[in-house]
Amino acid sequence: MHWVNFPLLTIMIWSGLMIYWANDVYRIGWGSWTLFAFFPNGFYEALDLNQHLARGMAYHYFFGWLFTINGLLYVGYTVISGEWRQLVPDRHALKDAWRVVLHDLHIRKSAPPKGRYNAAQRISYTGIVVMGAGSVLTGLAIFKPTQLAWLVTLLGGYAFARTIHFVLTLLFVAFFVVHIAQVVRAGWSNFRSMVMGYERLKPDEAAALADHEPPEAS
Amino acid sequence: MNEPDKQPRPPREADEERAARLQAQMLDAPMISEAAFRTKSRRAFIVGGSAALAGVFGWRWIWTQRTVDNIPFLLREGHRLNEQLWRGLYDADRLAPTFAVSRSRMPRANGRLGLQSELDLNAWSLRVEGPDGALLDTLGLADIQALPPVEMTTELKCIEGWSEIVHWTGARFSDFAAKYLDRLPASLGYVGLATPDREYYVGMDMASMLHAQTLLCYAMQGAPLTMIHGAPLRLVTPLKYGVKNLKRIGVIRFSAERPADYWAERGYDWYIGH
Repeated sequence: MHWVNFPLLTIMIWSGLMIYWANDVYRIGWGSWTLFAFFPNGFYEALDLNQHLARGMAYHYFFGWLFTINGLLYVGYTVISGEWRQLVPDRHALKDAWRVVLHDLHIRKSAPPKGRYNAAQRISYTGIVVMGAGSVLTGLAIFKPTQLAWLVTLLGGYAFARTIHFVLTLLFVAFFVVHIAQVVRAGWSNFRSMVMGYERLKPDEAAALADHEPPEAS
Repeated sequence: MNEPDKQPRPPREADEERAARLQAQMLDAPMISEAAFRTKSRRAFIVGGSAALAGVFGWRWIWTQRTVDNIPFLLREGHRLNEQLWRGLYDADRLAPTFAVSRSRMPRANGRLGLQSELDLNAWSLRVEGPDGALLDTLGLADIQALPPVEMTTELKCIEGWSEIVHWTGARFSDFAAKYLDRLPASLGYVGLATPDREYYVGMDMASMLHAQTLLCYAMQGAPLTMIHGAPLRLVTPLKYGVKNLKRIGVIRFSAERPADYWAERGYDWYIGH
């Protein structure tokens, strides 16, 4: 489900940009002064995103459902398997996450206690699921603003829901960049674990575990 | 308060418990030996790689399909499924949000399709047609204005992504249509609208047309429609994107089949219901 999500999210962002192109009003700036406008024309041209509103909508409304279903399956799986306990941050997470950041930046020597995922990972991996839910909800609001008028109102109106939808997309891309950087940093065998869902025992750990029950391969 | 002998706080029981719990999570992770790790990871990469390859071919397959009205067949089916779903969920009692008139303003003028021919407002008339194109009625603006007037301030949403709050005045389409629907077969599910020159045309489902907020509008922002906004009569409905809010209506046809739609023929969803 993690791996299915990657192409789905890519398609959603790609087709979303084709839609956004038709009214690309968001920018960073104040008054008439603009620091950065989303996006420069060269960006659309380089990715062939311009003049494809109809195509963008067709893909977006089709794959949006697959993205939603995949997200529900993922959340359902983590809840039923109990893996959510490893993923959802506990009440020390914020403090620990800060220590993880300091540790990663080599400012702090010791890393805080961690389970299968450290506190920073827990916050970001839970956050990304919440963001996914946010994208689906804001997306539905701007997709069916009359039938789901209550949702639009809850999200601060049609235009604001569209803004949230856009900002979440930027955050997904930011997450992706950091995520990839961290995976590269963690090394090849971590990546192998990501692919197959097992972790490797170093010889000394294997010895330490000999007292425990042999782990079942599930 | 002085605390001269402040000792470093001893670790609380809770902290230790937590550390132990986290440690247990590590041990709970499905761990396997180095050799098994290698075999399994090879297998996982083969499976994963094949799945990725299948994904790439699936993607290319979408692109090579025949197109229906300018988009690949599968995506057109996607639009159709979305339409079925949302038509099923449709509830005529759900209204689009309305706003204070003070928040409304003149929207930008977008789309000149069907408005480029000369039009003499005094000579304008509205053709009302039955399913076979047979003329049911010819009306003037006064006939529409004789229907109960409705004012509403709703958000006009363009398919491009912008939205503006506009104050509209007009007659409900349902009031207009009542006497024709009495005479026509009950099975008619659609309404087609076109500009007088038939250069621009849209197709609508009957449920959306009969919604309380679907109006035949003759005024916006308290003044008669200007030419660029569709004088003398236009369709306004917050149930559809702006593209369906046809300006300068020349023909209204009650139809059993799905009427042609200018933008649907160019790749958009036919229904695009809100």
